Amino acid sequence: MAFDIPKETYSGAIREVIIGEGDKAVTIGGQNAMTLCGFEGEFPNRPKIAMEVYDERPENWAEAVMEPFADVIDDPVKWALKNVNEYGAQIICLQLSSTDPNTKDTSPDAAAQLAKSIAQAISVPLVVYGSGNVEKDVAVLKKVAEVCEGKNLLLGPVVEENYRQIGAAAIAFKHCIAAQTPIDVNMAKQLNILLENLGVPPDKIVIDPSTGALGYGIEYSYSVMERDRLAALSQNDAKMQMPIICDMGKEAWKARESKIPLDEEPTYGDITKRGLLWETVTAMDLLMAGADILVMRHPKSVDVIKKIINDMF
Amino acid sequence: MALTGIQIFKLLPKTNCKECGEPTCLAFAMKLAAGKAELASCPYVSDEAKEQLSEASAPPIRGVVIGTGDNSIKVGEELVLYRHEKTFVNPTAIAILIEDSMSDDEIKGKIDQLNNNTYERVGLILKAHLAALRCKSGDAAKFKALVEKVSGMTSDGLILISDSADVIKEAVSVCADKKPLICGATKDTADAFAAIAKESKVPVAIKGSIDDVIEITQKMTAAGIKDIVIDADEASYKDTIKNQIIIRRAALKKKFRPLGFPTISFACDMTDDKLFETTLAAGLINKYAGIVVVSEIDPPSVLALTVNRMNIYTDPQRPMVMDQGVYEFNNPDANSPLLITTNFALTYFIVSAEIEASRVPAWLLIMDTEGMSVLTAWSAGKFVADAMAPFVLKSGISDKLGHKNIIIPGYVAQLSGEFQEELGSEWEVAVGPREAGDIPKYLRKLAGI
Repeated sequence: MAFDIPKETYSGAIREVIIGEGDKAVTIGGQNAMTLCGFEGEFPNRPKIAMEVYDERPENWAEAVMEPFADVIDDPVKWALKNVNEYGAQIICLQLSSTDPNTKDTSPDAAAQLAKSIAQAISVPLVVYGSGNVEKDVAVLKKVAEVCEGKNLLLGPVVEENYRQIGAAAIAFKHCIAAQTPIDVNMAKQLNILLENLGVPPDKIVIDPSTGALGYGIEYSYSVMERDRLAALSQNDAKMQMPIICDMGKEAWKARESKIPLDEEPTYGDITKRGLLWETVTAMDLLMAGADILVMRHPKSVDVIKKIINDMF
Repeated sequence: MALTGIQIFKLLPKTNCKECGEPTCLAFAMKLAAGKAELASCPYVSDEAKEQLSEASAPPIRGVVIGTGDNSIKVGEELVLYRHEKTFVNPTAIAILIEDSMSDDEIKGKIDQLNNNTYERVGLILKAHLAALRCKSGDAAKFKALVEKVSGMTSDGLILISDSADVIKEAVSVCADKKPLICGATKDTADAFAAIAKESKVPVAIKGSIDDVIEITQKMTAAGIKDIVIDADEASYKDTIKNQIIIRRAALKKKFRPLGFPTISFACDMTDDKLFETTLAAGLINKYAGIVVVSEIDPPSVLALTVNRMNIYTDPQRPMVMDQGVYEFNNPDANSPLLITTNFALTYFIVSAEIEASRVPAWLLIMDTEGMSVLTAWSAGKFVADAMAPFVLKSGISDKLGHKNIIIPGYVAQLSGEFQEELGSEWEVAVGPREAGDIPKYLRKLAGI
């Protein structure tokens, strides 16, 4: 009996989104089949890895993930350069955690200047994430948008409570937006509609579905992303046809398994390997669920995932 | 292909004897078609009808059991492609590779990993389940000795791997009662493997291209062998995953019987880099492998793989929950602070991780809110003052404390007044942070650190 591969037919495709400008630009999205189904569709752009840089010396990080950055940890520009030049980052994700009013409350001006310095120094595109404080992110990301005009950054997390102000700044200064919703297909669609109504071009929007780590809600992210993709590809829902970014490095390294020392959990084995695996397996899950950009932290896990992306796509 | 009620009815005795518990044969047929009755309930059904019906009612992907007794494990019987449709059924079995070229110490080390690296999470036991023994020497006697040795060291199930049916035959002779999976028949060795599987009543794994696999399973099925596992690994990971997807799809969407079997995949042979290997194995858990063979199950790998397996195979409709009760962190005493939150497992994991990270000794009350998170439980009327107060008072926590202060999640600050009232004036309700991430700072400040 001759066997015909049972193929699905898809009616939709993911939009291509370009981040960065000139020869630094990177294109994501463009596929027209479910992830891993290269035998029934086109995947013109492989998923990309963005490596994190923080605007302050991180607190409470596991030793294992401080070590690769020991010489640059207090200098975000050097940190970004090291990620690109030594660790092969395809994108940099600047995390403006110190702008949180509950911690250092760094000013929008200072944050924007830092973003600009990094954008100018590196040869890859820049993603800029605020602290997640809904009000402060408005001031910070507006300023970043203005100061970095023309750099075509990806700005996030943009949420339903602050999409108007940040969206308007992104339109005015020509940046992309990472639209973040709490692990829900309908809310993701709703925010995309709001952004489009505001005038943000659909090919300037990336979905941030909110990301759990392995053992900490990854199954929710996994299924919501699969459903996002089925809506976009099988149901041809134009409001869901955006690439997906997963801000996952911080989640993976926050997990208890990545941080708890061996003397407190004597049966857990080597803490460094634990942390690395927590990041690679989290990344693997998200990759298989459809991520187009993975925001990662440790150069070793980046290596592993890069190799897997090359094998899988 | 599933039969309709009428088609089934035609195969029944049509005597309406009622012994099956249904008023008529037609009613029984309808229930059978809906999967709500067992054919065995009819005492008079003919053997011929039995065969036709069991063929038609068999699950699209066969369930295959490896091992016996408490340590047996079943793979297969999956019903969906995406986990949001319905819970994945039989979690991927993780097998540790042991070869007959290894030293005694190495073998002991691997078996110790299999026996000892066991963890508990939300009341579930997380571990690897199988020892995969591979004949690398080509020496049947040497392999047999390994099989005998390992059989005596673990009660977990076995996989016996060799290209030679003669080697497998020897090895099975010392462990057939453990119902090992024999692995792996090719087009050329299918008959010899089938003979062993039939004689010793053990499941058999077969390997080859998809076309080869179809040919072999058809042949074996015709020979009366039902417990088959498919090894469809390819040189590239991409093609291996492609095969996994094709097999699952063909079985479920096309009801294509020749591919309606669970799969086995050898992550151990895909790379020498352990970090890479474990990550690939995790991907194989996601994309449909029934069994994944790995070369190492040290604690970090077991944790990562089994937690991933638990996450992927968890019921998408029902949240994981924690038991209601008092939880201790960092060795609390009578003066340590008391916090309260809901029993949604994710809420618990995140809150407990932060309390632990704070290094501040503390008590945490977990209240049964049917697995809802704080805000959801509050709006559903489950995490509200008049439910929380009786729970706190009856929890027995008062006996452990030298104070009566309780910290509620910041997201339900609005219920603090009413909660205070319900608890009584000797209690004091404080509002904690909204986000779990701010708990360490909050607790350290409270403790004056």
